[in-house]
Amino acid sequence: MAATSTGIHHRSYTSELRLRATKAEYFRLGLMTVLLLVLPFVLDNYWLSIANTIMIAVIGAVGLNILVGYTGQISLGQGGFMAVGAYSSAILSDRIGLPTPLAILLAVLLTAAVGVFFGLPGLRLKGLYLAIATLASQVIIEFLVRRDYGDFLTEGLGYLNVDRFEFLGFKIGGRDVFEQQWYWILMILAVLAVVSARNIFRTGLGRSFMAVRDQDIAAEAIGVNLTRAKLTAFAVSSAFVGLAGSLTAHYSEVVSWEKFTLDVSILYLAMIIVGGLGSVAGAVYGAIFMTLLPELIRRLANALESTLPFLGDQLPAVRNATFGAIIIAFLIFEPRGLDRIWQRMKDYFRFWPFRY
Amino acid sequence: MLTRAYQHSLRGSHLPAGQPLLEVDNVSLRFGGVKALSDISITVTEGDVHAIIGPNGAGKSSLLNCISGLYHPQEGEIRLRTAVAAGPEAAVGEAEDSGRPTGEVRTHTLTKLPPYKIARLGVARSFQNIELFAHMTVLENLMLGRHIHMKKSVLASMLWFGPARNQEIEHRHLVEEVIDLLQLQAVRNKPVGALAYGIQKRVELGRALCLQPALLLLDEPMAGMNAEEKEDMARYILDVHELAHVSVVLIEHDMNVVMDISDRVSVLDFGRLIADGTPDEVKADPAVIEAYLGAEEESDRG
Repeated sequence: MAATSTGIHHRSYTSELRLRATKAEYFRLGLMTVLLLVLPFVLDNYWLSIANTIMIAVIGAVGLNILVGYTGQISLGQGGFMAVGAYSSAILSDRIGLPTPLAILLAVLLTAAVGVFFGLPGLRLKGLYLAIATLASQVIIEFLVRRDYGDFLTEGLGYLNVDRFEFLGFKIGGRDVFEQQWYWILMILAVLAVVSARNIFRTGLGRSFMAVRDQDIAAEAIGVNLTRAKLTAFAVSSAFVGLAGSLTAHYSEVVSWEKFTLDVSILYLAMIIVGGLGSVAGAVYGAIFMTLLPELIRRLANALESTLPFLGDQLPAVRNATFGAIIIAFLIFEPRGLDRIWQRMKDYFRFWPFRY
Repeated sequence: MLTRAYQHSLRGSHLPAGQPLLEVDNVSLRFGGVKALSDISITVTEGDVHAIIGPNGAGKSSLLNCISGLYHPQEGEIRLRTAVAAGPEAAVGEAEDSGRPTGEVRTHTLTKLPPYKIARLGVARSFQNIELFAHMTVLENLMLGRHIHMKKSVLASMLWFGPARNQEIEHRHLVEEVIDLLQLQAVRNKPVGALAYGIQKRVELGRALCLQPALLLLDEPMAGMNAEEKEDMARYILDVHELAHVSVVLIEHDMNVVMDISDRVSVLDFGRLIADGTPDEVKADPAVIEAYLGAEEESDRG
């Protein structure tokens, strides 16, 4: 492969299949790596906690985008699936006493199984009807963890305390290093999640998901088993979401049902709509954007408090209104989200000084 | 005979030419009170271009949908005969057959099978209204045509390096030969939704061909084309037939095209088979003339 002034000339399929071909792309990758490695040394604990929240959101949003953006199966059950991951991982590690990574792995597999179960209506339902069916899964799971019949989940407390993350003698330290150590764990897992999701969609498996989304009759006519493709998509997506849920449990060290309500499902849907449906990078941008947004709104409200005092008083309302306005704005002006905006920016500079 | 040094045979059938490949046996299909097909019996012979013609609403597409499993007829049976491949002709990625003798013929009943299983037996099709995966590129659409020959392990896919990448490259070789045969090189990386109608039709033909089909079903591949485009498309279909040796079942309205390129023609009218034979026999058949031009007395008056 050589990127020359006349274009990119691949000499083998191996080189064409690489995700990056030009020097500029490798440069951006390097920049990104350096940024990720330097962040924990320059950010204070407060901003690191936001970075950690973003990493978890990235894993969850990538998972949801596999199902909604790539396979075309709308899901409102994100919060519920995260709850499955969080509760099961917390119980497996603390009450049963499994090593935490093993507990997380089992929680991921369990969430995938639950996802497949609640994906069964997807075999018959499409679009809005499926959205309502997955909404049912959200409501059912939320109901179960909230009522907690027989006090199995929380033993009557109403919430679960989770022990500090510990593995093979390594234990996350106290206040001063807590966020930094978690950053390394979460960052590595988020990068792995992003890379593996990206890989899925350059193989036959990912293409069969997209075939189901684009044209299910034709997909069946070329030999795609729709049942299997849809359930696999539910399983893979729920596995990512379960990972996000169990990491939430171990990172925040407390599990309670308030963290997994329908609002969470909507927030994640907003992330992938704003970021870009059917794009792994879009899910990442959306997760970053929607996690930073409340913080930015809060700071803006504080800054304007002297001139516009009602902003500070009505902060939650202002935040919700801004959320809604941003989603509407994206749906109208750039339905393909931040990812598309980034592509256009790259094209603008690539073709400069020409328009196209 | 292949004219170029292609590595892969696009033909998925290993029956000797001249043997019956597909047998439609007394098939009847009803939608409520409407009888779309009544007692249709057609035999498609290996190595033929077999045209199905008839006026609008005659049941041609319904018959094709029955064969590919989208409809399930209430009565009758559709059977596909396949033979076990000889060594080098075995499809790419196909598992080694478990010691069954080469050339052994097996008969599969398609009537109760779901569409994806029929596709796996080697029946590929195109649609009357193009049904491509519009958000994907031509290359991705054609690679999807390889779906039945690929392994789809989640972990290998997530890992990419190793089996997943090797498989992509292995199948890419065959897909490139299809691109070459149908001259799709220039649009390889274009999203399908943005292409011209005629090229989309060709991509759909290509996607079906990537299955290495035993039987290719084409539902009006030339609908809505002008004379020149029809000529091109007829050429591609003949290439597929003569260079790749794929047996073709074709629905078409343009009589000139049908009479030129088919070996055998079946005529449907109001869900009944009214004629079946070589193009010359069918052209001379009084029932066909009546169906197409109206009865003699009427045409005298008209």
